[in-house]
Amino acid sequence: MEPYDLTIHEARALLDTRQLSAAELTEAVLGRIAAVEPQVGAFVTVTEDVARQAAVAADRSIAEGTATPLTGIPMQIKDVMSTSGIRTTCSSRILENFVPLYNATVVERLYERGPVLMGKGNMDEFAMGSSTENSAFHVTHNPWDLDCVPGGSSGGSAAAVAAGESFFSLGSDTGGSIRQPAALCGITGLKPTYGLVSRFGLVAFASSLDQIGPLTRDVEDCATVLNAIAGHDPRDSTSIPGGRPDYTAALTGDIRGMRLGIPREYFGDGIDPAVDAAVKQAIGVLQDAGAVVEECSLSLTSYALAVYYIIAPSECSTNLARYDGVKYGYSVDDASTAWETQEWTRSRGFGPEVKRRIMLGTYALSAGYYDAYYLKALKVRTLIRREFEEAFSRFDALITPTTPTVAFRIGEKTNDPVAMYKSDVLTIPVNIAGIPCVSVPCGFSEGLPIGMQIMGPTLGEEAILRIAHAYQQATEWHRKRPEGLG
Amino acid sequence: MALSREEVLHLADIYHIYLSDDEVEVMREQLASILEQFQVLSELDTEDVTPTSHSVPLTTVMREDVPRPSYSTEQVLSNAPDSYGRYFQVRTVLED
Repeated sequence: MEPYDLTIHEARALLDTRQLSAAELTEAVLGRIAAVEPQVGAFVTVTEDVARQAAVAADRSIAEGTATPLTGIPMQIKDVMSTSGIRTTCSSRILENFVPLYNATVVERLYERGPVLMGKGNMDEFAMGSSTENSAFHVTHNPWDLDCVPGGSSGGSAAAVAAGESFFSLGSDTGGSIRQPAALCGITGLKPTYGLVSRFGLVAFASSLDQIGPLTRDVEDCATVLNAIAGHDPRDSTSIPGGRPDYTAALTGDIRGMRLGIPREYFGDGIDPAVDAAVKQAIGVLQDAGAVVEECSLSLTSYALAVYYIIAPSECSTNLARYDGVKYGYSVDDASTAWETQEWTRSRGFGPEVKRRIMLGTYALSAGYYDAYYLKALKVRTLIRREFEEAFSRFDALITPTTPTVAFRIGEKTNDPVAMYKSDVLTIPVNIAGIPCVSVPCGFSEGLPIGMQIMGPTLGEEAILRIAHAYQQATEWHRKRPEGLG
Repeated sequence: MALSREEVLHLADIYHIYLSDDEVEVMREQLASILEQFQVLSELDTEDVTPTSHSVPLTTVMREDVPRPSYSTEQVLSNAPDSYGRYFQVRTVLED
């Protein structure tokens, strides 16, 4: 296996025993980026100089014996998280030249642990989308089939990790934006409990749903990255107070007696039979490892999509009102009044999906419709949360497919927003409830990866990572790498 | 679920975003078909249900008001599309 295809823990062993230097590893990954990036398009910005400098510092730290589990490990950050001195675009024209003055808390926490920043990941504009086709700059291609989408909105993150262009990436997940691309690209992706990881410095989309999490090549790496980014942050008032456990300690391999619920609404109608079969086979693997499996029902599942597409655009329409062409970002120079500047800046700076969601949110929040849409959605949100709470009084985790189908073809759904929104149907309920969920690869259909979701109760990261890790101990899907790139 | 041209223009107006004629037409159709999907929620009785705005119940978080260094004016203006001395500059707000 090439150095750029290793996991974090495999590379760690080579770095610590000096069989590989951080500088060599960084060059290997930069070489890989140069070779495959023209085909994949996973980055908005490649930070070659920053990477080389960080690699020198990492080698020094390894020599001095002060290395952390992430020292010298190549990473990518989705371009929605602020990086001081490095442009942060959200894949939008309106922020094309925006250079933040400060680092997001997650970036700060990572920098303290010595990984090597390779660059910023491409995404759907402002994280709105399920295919990364809404990037204002370029489309990202699925490394397993370049004619297919990588998923979204963290498509650049998932594609980079799958294609050997980064060892891990941080993504953000508002309605499935970490788990869905992780599933479609055959890697591991975790959406933590809302409030586990600080959102300070994350460009806001839908503040009550957004959460940052890792995309990695296996569950062990996922726990390692989560250890680095999880923690209370006084700068994010929605951050959960108190300490965080060592998530790697939860990976015992022992899931005997754990109770797993299989919600029937996530199977059957609308789910590709190959996806259905692969996930059911994976459930059999967990059963063989000693888990107790029982079918259950989450009867409100089909309402979550409507709840999401009212709440998320409503919050987005208020969050994006800050882009007025005055303080930062793109601004038109041919307007004659301040109001014209604002109207034209938004018109030319935002892409079609962002405009669609702004309009939708403005509608749902406007006088006369507020009660019928926004308030109604918040009430159904309560019912969905209650239903999950009831399920978790009986189960340690719930197992479902991550997506209804494998990766779809580029262009297939771009003219039909409703069809595109429906590709999030299995990932959205988790965000509505604020609970944690990890997606792991569990098979292939026609050469494209299939993902399985493991949902846990609030702050149940240890349980779901333990189950996901036990699954990877018994299977080989997470070791597969796409071939023929470059 | 039909949406009129005027309704779309009204929404654009209150958000202060300009939409071209073509965009208004596309938006009218697409918003209508999306709103159609929302009708499903009326099947659920939510009469006595308390709304949830955040999934994690959190009260107002307070902190001590301690002075600390801030960014310089130059730094704050470094991303501004237009500035004048120590200020952001905008086009005419009030016309004669």
